[in-house]
Amino acid sequence: MNNSKQTVQIVQKILTANDDLAQQNQTLLDSKGILALNVMASPGSGKTSLIIRTIESLADEIQIAVIEGDTAPVTIDSDKISGLNIPVVQINTGGDCHLDANMVRLGMDSLELTDIELLIIENVGNLVCPASFRLGEHANIVVASIPEGDDKPYKYPNIYRGLDAMILNKIDLLPYVDFNIQYFKAGISALNPGVEFFELSCKTGEGIDRWSDWILEKVKEK
Amino acid sequence: MHELSVTEALLNTASDYAKRQNANKVTVLNIIIGKLSGIIDDSVQFYWDIIAKETIFEGSRLNFTIIPAKFECQNCQHQFEMEDELIPCPRCQSMDLLTIQGDEFLLESIEIEKDINE
Repeated sequence: MNNSKQTVQIVQKILTANDDLAQQNQTLLDSKGILALNVMASPGSGKTSLIIRTIESLADEIQIAVIEGDTAPVTIDSDKISGLNIPVVQINTGGDCHLDANMVRLGMDSLELTDIELLIIENVGNLVCPASFRLGEHANIVVASIPEGDDKPYKYPNIYRGLDAMILNKIDLLPYVDFNIQYFKAGISALNPGVEFFELSCKTGEGIDRWSDWILEKVKEK
Repeated sequence: MHELSVTEALLNTASDYAKRQNANKVTVLNIIIGKLSGIIDDSVQFYWDIIAKETIFEGSRLNFTIIPAKFECQNCQHQFEMEDELIPCPRCQSMDLLTIQGDEFLLESIEIEKDINE
């Protein structure tokens, strides 16, 4: 017996296990005709408010369910949504900063999928890493808000990537904050060619219609 | 916390290949990280030292190659690398850009030790 050293060439993506699981989730969602949205944002930009506005706007037309990701077993967000008579599953990540495909699958398993047309997945409030973990979603949405500042896509290009839609919330604050929308948009578009932009206010309701119409269009395409 | 799940994925991926080669020990892992991947090498190293304990990876070294983000201007086709901040095309100032490199998070190769019969 002899000890031999050797180099094994690999070149493989490291997050494939999650990617594979995400693909299985998407296949299941497709078979049920469900559109899934992965909603990401930093804490406080208005994810839950947006989801509530979206439900209020669309609940008469389509069947909606929500998966809520939180780092701790607090049910503040899911309570708000179940108050609207919408099926909601809370996933506690146990401190982890993002949802992954496996957690979302567990959430999907406790929903009555045949009754759903739109599944909104509210990711953990954090911009740094949810984007690295595909869930099986059909569209990635980031919610940003006016107080966060217009230079963020330039300073943190790695976290505003892979988006299908960008929501700029709290536009009712524009008169009070120096925020150049064109500058912000140019940065987001450079990182995500063809991305859809929605400027809205969950507080006043301005811009919610255009956002809801976009979702409705996507649900009908399924 | 993010890098813990990432580091576990690294361990699982490398384990598959090490098993296939009947390795007794893995001494080095060569990893490629793109600047836009959002993976922090120091943090991966930190978790690695913890989760590699009592496995064939114990004491192994992680070599990271960081590759820059690279864009192609869709206006003038000029290709340029980004340092830290997103910038317009240095040649024509357009922001109509296509990302052509920087998303990578790859296990490139591993160095192993194994028994061979003479």
